[in-house]
Amino acid sequence: MIPQPAPVSPILGKLSLDALPLHEPIVVATFAVVALGGIGLVAALTYFKLWGYLWKEWFTTVDHKKIGIMYMILGLVMFLRGFADALMMRLQQALAFNGSEGYLNAHHYDQVFTAHGVIMIFFVAMPFVTGLMNYIVPLQIGARDVSFPFLNNFSFWMTTGGAVLVMASLFVGEFAQTGWLAYPPLSGLAYSPGVGVDYYLWALQVAGVGTTLSGINLIVTILKLRAPGMSLMKMPVFTWTSLCTNVLIVASFPVLTAVLALLGLDRYVGTNFFTNDFGGSAMMYVNLIWIWGHPEVYILILPLFGVFSEVTSTFSGKKLFGYSSMVYATIVITILSYLVWLHHFFTMGSGASVNSFFGITTMVISIPTGAKIFNWLFTMYRGRIRFELPMMWTIAFMLTFVIGGMTGVMLAVPPADFVLHNSLFLIAHFHNVIIGGVVFGVFAAINYWWPKAFGFKLNEFWGKVSFWCWVPGFWVAFMPLYILGLMGVTRRMRVFDDPGIQFLFVIAAFGAVMIAAGIGAMLVQFAVSIWKREALKDTTGDPWNGRTLEWATSSPPPEYNFAFTPVIHDLDAWYDMKSRGCERPLAGFKDIHMPSNTGAGVILAGISTLIGFALIWHIWWLVGLGFVALIASTIVHTFNYKRDFDIPAAVVAETEAARTRQLAAGA
Amino acid sequence: MPSPRPLSARLRALLILPAFALLCGCDMVVLNPAGDIARQQGDLVIVSTLLMLLIIVPVMALVVLFAWRYRESNKDATYAPDWDHSTSLELVIWSAPLLIIICLGAITWVSTHLLDPYRPLSRTAPGKPVAADVKPLEVQVVALDWKWLFIYPEQGIATVNEMAAPVGRPIRFRISASSVMNSFYIPALAGQIYAMPGMETPLNAVFDKTGAFQGFSANYSGHGFSSMRFKAHSTDQAGFDAWVAEAKKAGATLDRAEYLKLERPSEKEPVRRFAGVEAGLFDMVTNLCVEPGKMCMHQMMSLDAKGGMGKAGLYNVRQLAYDKFGGRGTHAHGGKSFVGEICADKQDIAVRAAPKAGNPKPLTGAGMKQPSAEPSPTAPSVASETRPRPLS
Repeated sequence: MIPQPAPVSPILGKLSLDALPLHEPIVVATFAVVALGGIGLVAALTYFKLWGYLWKEWFTTVDHKKIGIMYMILGLVMFLRGFADALMMRLQQALAFNGSEGYLNAHHYDQVFTAHGVIMIFFVAMPFVTGLMNYIVPLQIGARDVSFPFLNNFSFWMTTGGAVLVMASLFVGEFAQTGWLAYPPLSGLAYSPGVGVDYYLWALQVAGVGTTLSGINLIVTILKLRAPGMSLMKMPVFTWTSLCTNVLIVASFPVLTAVLALLGLDRYVGTNFFTNDFGGSAMMYVNLIWIWGHPEVYILILPLFGVFSEVTSTFSGKKLFGYSSMVYATIVITILSYLVWLHHFFTMGSGASVNSFFGITTMVISIPTGAKIFNWLFTMYRGRIRFELPMMWTIAFMLTFVIGGMTGVMLAVPPADFVLHNSLFLIAHFHNVIIGGVVFGVFAAINYWWPKAFGFKLNEFWGKVSFWCWVPGFWVAFMPLYILGLMGVTRRMRVFDDPGIQFLFVIAAFGAVMIAAGIGAMLVQFAVSIWKREALKDTTGDPWNGRTLEWATSSPPPEYNFAFTPVIHDLDAWYDMKSRGCERPLAGFKDIHMPSNTGAGVILAGISTLIGFALIWHIWWLVGLGFVALIASTIVHTFNYKRDFDIPAAVVAETEAARTRQLAAGA
Repeated sequence: MPSPRPLSARLRALLILPAFALLCGCDMVVLNPAGDIARQQGDLVIVSTLLMLLIIVPVMALVVLFAWRYRESNKDATYAPDWDHSTSLELVIWSAPLLIIICLGAITWVSTHLLDPYRPLSRTAPGKPVAADVKPLEVQVVALDWKWLFIYPEQGIATVNEMAAPVGRPIRFRISASSVMNSFYIPALAGQIYAMPGMETPLNAVFDKTGAFQGFSANYSGHGFSSMRFKAHSTDQAGFDAWVAEAKKAGATLDRAEYLKLERPSEKEPVRRFAGVEAGLFDMVTNLCVEPGKMCMHQMMSLDAKGGMGKAGLYNVRQLAYDKFGGRGTHAHGGKSFVGEICADKQDIAVRAAPKAGNPKPLTGAGMKQPSAEPSPTAPSVASETRPRPLS
């Protein structure tokens, strides 16, 4: 039941052969598949001699566009892992009735639901959101890169390092069995003596560094690098929501870092911040983690609100209705998101006045959110709506998200929360807003900006297949959970007594399979589109008749984004330039000063990940060595003076001339 | 028990149930419970839904309508590409949600106070106030790994994984936990409240229908969480008396030693009954001092509240620290301490120099197995009991 503490060797720490889950056939099979796939990938990269290309052009890049794409790939890969966990849970819950234990034991199942939550939030939604902001924001504000290009590369690799640690836990040792927020005392050393919680802590600490730094980077970028003429109130809405998101990141992630550090101290050096006795307070942890956790959900959704604004306006062929109302709504949400954290634990007994206060502040957030929905609605009003894939996802979002918002406000009424807290109703609610809002938004964004990033549109047929599997699949998967929640069924259950509710879990599992089909169709969509890219080619750089600056560049944009920094006169800058018949400058190019690629980000993040691994397994000599190496590499990096280079004017002229020819050929 | 059903209950029957019940014919206990508190909470779920549907339904309808009407192929529809502002519309779209939230906020404020689990009941059913002389049935609940302990001080009995209460009599639960956080939840009776170690949370509720209902932990608490379920019986007074008598027949007594055995982790415990309970057991559980010789939290806190006891207070820390690693935080061990040397008195130095007593193994938490040998509950107490206790 409670595993005996493993002996700690001076060389390998707690690591030993026992740490490999050879007795879990499911994990062994997964490992075999992953290992074979990995070997195949490495072999293919070696055979096609792609390592050098990957290292020079991608891993060491400081180009915000490539880093953005790498974030999206990271998110997609981790999405497949997180979704595999979801399928396993749905299957387990559909099976474990009538005395059946299902096919997962508690040790495995508890890791699966913890990993699902952690991965989906930290390593799927966050990379997707950060990737989108990285790619789009500099283009939308007419910048050549972010403010700190090297930091951007480093942030990406730190996030990846966290993801690597989570993935390693699958095959070496175990992951936390505590739920995705690892409440103490359960996550304390007394009740989780294994390495699972340590994997959780260090994965999030390593990734958290990346997230915080990328937040700082993007705030500075948006505030300092806007093209001349683009005042704050002429910024595209996506950039506005990105700004607010990054303010939230910078203000809230340090809280996460601190609270995880305190839990780490409890586990590593025997402090008593969150223990049962010695004056520890587990409720303090719960408060602190939600002070980060609630802004976090707005960190995820706000950029997608921006995406929906851009998409609705573009595909309705209209200015966004109520731009300033939209901006203020975003700011209000940003501020209010810090005043509601307690609604995650009304049932811990804070008292009626405290509960009502936080309940009402929560409801107040629905006012600016409601205003946003109305603004999109009236953007469609008297428009000419083209139902391309991004717009389809947006309509699906509006219809799905309002239901999720409604159930959210229900949960904000404390007495109602007392009967629904921790139930499957809650699970249905937050999947309703996260899938309906964040995931649909990311899909809208991918379909919308893919042609910008790669120079060809995505295949529409497979996109529609994916859409029609995903949207009904979502409802089939989560409507039963709403009903089960009203039947008093709680979350994180592994086996069930009442055979009368099995059919609802079977329906939910079927919904998950529909979603799986949707994911499959999306992967096919990517593959088919890459295969048929010549037929789907976008020569104009502006395939959707866009309105913001990113559509002024070629698809994909040149390394330097804009040969001349544009001057902004109006809100929808590109639409304004088009309607004024603005001409592309064809001569007078100058050298463009650009940052150089560097491997330092990979190296520093790699060492950090290694230190994390050593800390997890108590391999102290490696921790020490890693720390020295980390400091040394940082110092060495400061002596790297090959920081920048100039793209000669002739090269710029040639690139721009090629674009002129392409435009002429397309016209 | 015939009672006038509130308006919202009828609305529930009218609107919500058909929609879902057609789908599954499920027993939605949250909306159709057997307790006055849960009933009002369920009604709030309905009322808040209806209030919000006032705005959700038009919005969804408009989304579909606008999407259809202003589709690109419909050239008859007006096209106004530069129309992006309307003050009156803005007023409407900000004030309509605001009005609904004002209503809902008022309901929230009132209902949160009225249905506060800490608040003693004022009625057992609509129109049935609780008389001033009615004493609620006290039930002390402890969430153990992974089972529920119920102590009935009035009846002097205790049960594991089963509880009962007479219908119509207010119940006052006092809830705590032995090791990690759980949430005590009987959906048919009332909303849940967390059961947390070292803390006590109250819950006031009443059954208004007889029957056997499900109770469980609604907060994940480890491997055995799924089977942390119990039956909650709501019976008439005679049935309750019979249930108590059955426990009385069981014979066993739940004392500290028995409790320490019981709190060790176990799954799928059968129902167990105890005819007697050691006095003050629940308070010892909440104060984490069931183990003999361990100082209770409330004693420690009252000392701290009085500013501690100066140098003599070092004893107190030792009382808490006897089973922790020596190096953790305070000096209970015989090792060298520089700060301590300067300010400690002679007696203190003598105590510190004395051989270290107790179990040197790390604390693995109340009720958990010690890392190696079976713990002997009396071992630490030898040392600590022989020292003068600062508060007894």
